[in-house]
Amino acid sequence: MTSERNTDIEIRLLIEAIYLKYSYDFRNYSGASIKRRILHALRQFDCLTVSALQERVLHDPGMFMQLLQFLTIPVSEMFRDPSHFLALRNEVVPLLRTWPSIKIWVAGCSTGEEVYSMAILLREEGLLERTILYATDINPHSLDKAKQGIYSMQSMREYEENYRLAGGRRDFAEYYTAAYGNAIMDSSLRDNVTFADHSLATDSVFSETQLVSCRNVLIYFNKELQDRALGLFHESLCHRGFLVLGSKESVDFSAYSERFEPLVKPERIYRKS
Amino acid sequence: MNGVRAVVIGASAGGVAALFEVLGALPPAFSLPVLCVLHLPDDRHSQLAEVLQRRLHRPVREACDKERISAGQVYVAGPSYHLSVEHDLTLSLSQEAPVHFSRPAIDFLFISAADAYGDGLLGVLLTGANEDGAKGLAYIKNNGGRTIVQDPRDAQVALMPEAALALHQPDHILTLSGIGQLLATLETRAC
Ligand SMILES: C[S@@+](CC[C@H](N)C(=O)[O-])C[C@H]1O[C@@H](n2cnc3c(N)ncnc32)[C@H](O)[C@@H]1O
Repeated sequence: MTSERNTDIEIRLLIEAIYLKYSYDFRNYSGASIKRRILHALRQFDCLTVSALQERVLHDPGMFMQLLQFLTIPVSEMFRDPSHFLALRNEVVPLLRTWPSIKIWVAGCSTGEEVYSMAILLREEGLLERTILYATDINPHSLDKAKQGIYSMQSMREYEENYRLAGGRRDFAEYYTAAYGNAIMDSSLRDNVTFADHSLATDSVFSETQLVSCRNVLIYFNKELQDRALGLFHESLCHRGFLVLGSKESVDFSAYSERFEPLVKPERIYRKS
Repeated sequence: MNGVRAVVIGASAGGVAALFEVLGALPPAFSLPVLCVLHLPDDRHSQLAEVLQRRLHRPVREACDKERISAGQVYVAGPSYHLSVEHDLTLSLSQEAPVHFSRPAIDFLFISAADAYGDGLLGVLLTGANEDGAKGLAYIKNNGGRTIVQDPRDAQVALMPEAALALHQPDHILTLSGIGQLLATLETRAC
């Protein structure tokens, strides 16, 4: 039991050290998941204690980058939750169309799957040309992968089904070139995409937007940090702008519950009220 | 069993029927929170809370992210997210890789709940064809909590209880009806 208590203390110290040294702020993330990920990293790096890991992380920036891969859960899918993208297409696109130019912020874009899904949807709706997309994340490796837009063919075959269920109208293979077991995304999809390093924990708003998509990121934050992130989205969104969250996320228990109204509640699509 | 503040239950193959029997034995005024992880195919998962609530006539909800744990409430983990308990006794969801091919994972619920409740936790592991939960149950015990394993001879599938028994000596090894009876006595002492 005392060793468990030591571990909890060491984790707090590690997170503090990361913040002081690298300015990545994990202090307000949900504790249970952060603890698991640190203990998992511990085993991978052959460290006996979190303190030992802290020493290495503090003195070796390369080690911190490796640890960041464990701390950030870089998993994503194209057209994840197809019914969500179908609702975007049917309920949001007709309203989005009324703006002459559109800015969309994909916060916590990870390795880019969500951004390409959004770009494909916008192209099919004839909106991609007049849209600027900002795709942000705190993990530079994930952002690099997102910029490259190369995914395994095996996962693309799974995404194809998602695409169809999400109301996709074309042959999914039109959006990529297959090579050596990989799919290289059509680079014109990202002509209007700006990928940038941005933290919802420490950075501020950088642009006015009509739509913010932040999916499966808020669940890793505690309430306080969720409120901070929702505050950024509220500030960035224009009058009657759209906020879309992950399938298990909502504004309901937040300080912003009154300032967003549900548009398609089961799909977690909200509108600034 | 004095001082139990919360109950966590894990089950896999054969788990729905087992859960009905155990939860069905609880008195209407049972005041402890009960958190359950059951391995199910994703599509059946989504209806579990509803089905349990209808049949058990007690409040059963799918656990929401950042929800505060309330007394007398039964929570079940929804599909494809891990369920954890935070130190401030709220719930959290996450999408780390599956454990023993399972997401939600019983181990993640048990370990996080042991961190949050310490010696106030009672862990129960039921039937299943999978080793998920064995580690978590031992962890509960090591952190001062109490543990119950379903008697493998009583379990529809014995692997899960057997895996738990291979890792630690629980406080009780009981049949489903024995577990139900024991849980029913908890509540009266808790208040
Ligand atoms: C599970 S992924 C979600 C990917 C994608 N949005 C989706 O739903 O498929 C979570 C992402 O959030 C990012 N993230 C974590 N903390 C963040 C922060 N403070 N600011 C911005 N992004 C963050 C992680 O780096 C990771 O890429």
